[in-house]
Amino acid sequence: MRFWIGAGLAILAAVAAAALVSYEYFFFAGYTVVMFIVLSTAWNILGGHAGYVNFGTPAFFGLGAYTAAVLYKATAAPLVVQIAAAALMAGALGFGAGLLTLRLRGIFFAIATIALTVIMQTVFINWRYAGGATGLQLLRPPPIAPFESYIKMLFVLMVVMAVIAVALARYIERSWLGRGLRAIRDSEEAAEASGVPTLRLKVLACCVSGALMGAAGAPMPMYLSYIEPESTFNLNYAIGALASPMIGGTASWGGPVIGAFLLSSLQQIITVTISSEMNVLLVGVVLVVFVVAAPDGLLGLYRRIFARR
Amino acid sequence: MSALLGVRAVAKRFGGFTALDGVSLEVGAGERFGLIGPNGSGKTTLINCVSGLLRNDAGSIRFADEEISALPAYARARRGIARSFQVPRPFHKMTVLENLLVPSAYVVHMKDAEGEAKAMEILASIGLARKARAFADQLSQVELRKLELARAMAAKPRLLISDEAMAGLAGTEVDEVLKILFDLNEQGITIIMIEHIMQAVMRFSQRVVCLDAGRIICEGTPQSIVKNADVQKAYLGA
Repeated sequence: MRFWIGAGLAILAAVAAAALVSYEYFFFAGYTVVMFIVLSTAWNILGGHAGYVNFGTPAFFGLGAYTAAVLYKATAAPLVVQIAAAALMAGALGFGAGLLTLRLRGIFFAIATIALTVIMQTVFINWRYAGGATGLQLLRPPPIAPFESYIKMLFVLMVVMAVIAVALARYIERSWLGRGLRAIRDSEEAAEASGVPTLRLKVLACCVSGALMGAAGAPMPMYLSYIEPESTFNLNYAIGALASPMIGGTASWGGPVIGAFLLSSLQQIITVTISSEMNVLLVGVVLVVFVVAAPDGLLGLYRRIFARR
Repeated sequence: MSALLGVRAVAKRFGGFTALDGVSLEVGAGERFGLIGPNGSGKTTLINCVSGLLRNDAGSIRFADEEISALPAYARARRGIARSFQVPRPFHKMTVLENLLVPSAYVVHMKDAEGEAKAMEILASIGLARKARAFADQLSQVELRKLELARAMAAKPRLLISDEAMAGLAGTEVDEVLKILFDLNEQGITIIMIEHIMQAVMRFSQRVVCLDAGRIICEGTPQSIVKNADVQKAYLGA
């Protein structure tokens, strides 16, 4: 119940901000922060619970973005339809790629997911209709009332998507599914011997995780009025989606949310005040510090200090 | 006694190495069955083939009148085969109680409340109730061995394979684990015990099979096994 009140408040706050704040850049930056909450939450379903480190976030995210862009170019479909289609395509990619790669363990799975990102990028570089290497300019339709600015609308939309993603992740965490995934993380053999259909569960997790990443990517072409392969399939998405749960803590749904909020906000601030190169460096440094000093993330750290008292 | 488990001409190779070379044996319902053999004789490979973590290259494995050698491990667990691991493999970031809830959710399909009650019962019966809320990575060696058995029990198995549940334990601890296994057998669970501690196998088993280099070299009552010349040769290398 408290969760749903919090979720309602988050959406309400987003709507209130859209109505009261006129400074557009706030929403431009906020969109990215909230988008990383969705990506990190999605990543954590497979990476945090099952322990399968996925570097393929850009593949799912990018496929979602391109699905939306191509659909818009072909049919001028409304945004909600674009998002649904993007989730479907990315979910299908998660299913297919999961079946092929989730038999691999540890570092081998991670390498396979990097390959997946490269493959997806290559496909879209060579697809002329989707703009090829030069990209695709897209004309935004007017915002839907009551929103007077498109960016504000996208921001509120992304907050709603984040609430849905977190609610889904929370459900998975508390259900038999989450318990099975955690069993897989701790010992795949023992999980099988305890009746857990490991491959089926991993593929399902990869599918859900991929669909959420795809959905998070869908509004991107409209956000930028532009899409091109180099930045869409950028590995920075993979790093961000992976670093945030590590910082916040992978054990529960709150970790990726806190981690993404802090890391992404900091990145936005540094990009503006110092440089965008510096923000990439920051992620690396913070990630190393957390892996060494607080392997269970901020939530783990909090619990350890709290338990000592 | 009708056969619960029937292994026929099972072979397993790893590259050029033949780990199992045409092993056949039967285990009756309710039996206490001992599997012995020197290191590397194929004991664990055999039970990996039975429990499904490995697929046998040849031969057939039947459980409760059903061919199971093509089934994945989780499906075999759901049919009633449970096992413990030689090197304990707890779900170490879960509590002891949660460890047991995995099989109770996935094998017995119990709701959490019901599963928890059942799990506490099991933990109490083997003297681990005190540790129910402790994380598995904080357990001692003997507690880990007990957790392995408790988790196997939570799956309500018909056949329990205990893979060296007593390795590295002290005398009284061996007796404790042995008592647990006797109690389970009394409840009607068929038990295959793999063990290096001869005294324990001999006390426990009604029938013993000795493997050496992937073949069965001897089968019989515990008394006849210890006197068997081939067994002595395999163990002592004489």
